[in-house]
Amino acid sequence: MKKAELMDYDKALELFEPVLGFEVHVELNTKTKMFCGCANEFGQGANTNTCPTCLGLPGGLPQVNAQAIESSIRLGLALGCEIAEYSRFARKNYFYPDTAKNFQTSQYDEPIAFNGQLTIELESGRQVTVDIERAHMEDDAGKLTHVGGATGRIQGADYSLVDYNRGGVPLVEIVTQMIEGGEADSPEIGRTYVAAIREIVKALGVSNARMEEGNVRCDANVSLRPRGSNVLGTRTETKNVNSLRSVERAVRYEIQRQAALLHAGGTITQETRHWHEDTGITSAGRPKSDADDYRYFPEPDLVPVAPSREWVEELRATLPEPPAARRKRLQADWGFADLEFQDVVNSDLLDAVEATIAAGAAAQAARKWWTGEVARLANVSGVSADSLVQPVQVAALIELVVAGTLTDRLARQVLEGVIAGEGTPLEVVESRGLAVVSDDGALIVAIDEALAAQPDVLAKIRDGKVQAAGAVIGAVMKAMRGQADAARVRELVLERAGTAE
Amino acid sequence: MSEITAEQVAHLANLARIDLSSEEITRLTSELGQIVDSVAKVAEVATPDVPATSHPMPLTNVFRADTVVPSLTVEQALSGAPDRDGDKFRVPAILDEE
Repeated sequence: MKKAELMDYDKALELFEPVLGFEVHVELNTKTKMFCGCANEFGQGANTNTCPTCLGLPGGLPQVNAQAIESSIRLGLALGCEIAEYSRFARKNYFYPDTAKNFQTSQYDEPIAFNGQLTIELESGRQVTVDIERAHMEDDAGKLTHVGGATGRIQGADYSLVDYNRGGVPLVEIVTQMIEGGEADSPEIGRTYVAAIREIVKALGVSNARMEEGNVRCDANVSLRPRGSNVLGTRTETKNVNSLRSVERAVRYEIQRQAALLHAGGTITQETRHWHEDTGITSAGRPKSDADDYRYFPEPDLVPVAPSREWVEELRATLPEPPAARRKRLQADWGFADLEFQDVVNSDLLDAVEATIAAGAAAQAARKWWTGEVARLANVSGVSADSLVQPVQVAALIELVVAGTLTDRLARQVLEGVIAGEGTPLEVVESRGLAVVSDDGALIVAIDEALAAQPDVLAKIRDGKVQAAGAVIGAVMKAMRGQADAARVRELVLERAGTAE
Repeated sequence: MSEITAEQVAHLANLARIDLSSEEITRLTSELGQIVDSVAKVAEVATPDVPATSHPMPLTNVFRADTVVPSLTVEQALSGAPDRDGDKFRVPAILDEE
């Protein structure tokens, strides 16, 4: 595959105005598929979750999943959409082995949700409002594996294998209007928009929202308009860009590729392009042609969906606080600096920190433990931090530190015990015997011994060389096997050095 | 008379993956034309106050609970497949080499 010429990004923007559009597919986390009772789950063996309906066999008859309708309406409402009073399914006809029915059950002229809006905030603080054209329901396709050929890609493969477990899983496809005026921010707009959708579906609980597992997938449409022209350029559609960073890279790449081509006097082919994560480029798929003559018609096996206004309002009342508003509120409540807050957000620990604070911990302590020691241990074992330990346990641990029962060092040992399943922090303190020795009497005995053993240090302290106390403190901490509060030991050392004979 | 052309029939046949001889195309052009004419008669009685319908039953909101029911076994699912590889359906190469 020949690598395309790219124009310098700044020069491309001097000559052309990028126009964007996004189609984001969200896989719903219902228990069953969209139109049959097969389980909506992966990780099982291939073709274990299929039936005559999702395989398109004779006798199959679709039945609409009530939960999928509810999730779709809630998602539509969260995107500021109107919910259709009357909505239908339609068949989108095409032949491709990932769809055994030879059509996708989708929606055409009467989608469940339409006319929405989503305002996103870029890193610069710039706010961009993305108009949502529609959010419609459809079923997912099966998973293809291409075998043979040099690259394992579809081009040049000897044959392909199909697993239909994903075929029929409910999807909501969210389609934006054209996004103009993005200018140099266009790639960031793509990333931020998809991140915002991901955050919303996660907050709603309607999708697992894991991009790496394909729960949220983005098709990015990019076209360029020469400066001073009113005519839209020909667009390309880059399919299945499946990470936030890739959305940004793919948009940037298409801007640079199309600009080079147009500037050299070439034309853009209206086509589907494939994104290659490894090399960071897009390549041509099939051109848009007869294959896109889908001959939509109303699905005769399904009756219309006509959600009552009462139901829609009931569902509206279940919407969570919009994620962007929630972030603003939490940062203000907790008094975190931007960097501190970003650290929590980027580590996906907002829920964990919030729950820890709700369980009584101070905000900064909750942040410090989650993004510090818990994140470190999670990283070591390759799991997510919030799956390692319950917020209420972290809050209990922090409480023990605040009460002086544990030093930070001891608390880290207790945390390991809690993670190892030894019980609550308090139980681990007791079973491992880890509490700080807060009995001054025991400390004073150890201090007096240490001072007697190091008379030169004692002399220095009495001469006012307070930093010399470190040697004694170290000896005492060692004698206490680390289970003492070093600050208290220091106080007592100075006190005893001043009064001891 | 309808305006169905032989080209349209050939195009549709291609989209539907049906091989048609030129005799079949000629015959179907005429037959499909008659069908289109018959359906067009509906337009003579349908006025703007008659809503379009896609289903003979006046029903809406027929839903099923989100409850898992047993699926086919892998062997049942693959029993009608022309070809298989392990537990997966095997299909011919989809795209030619670029």
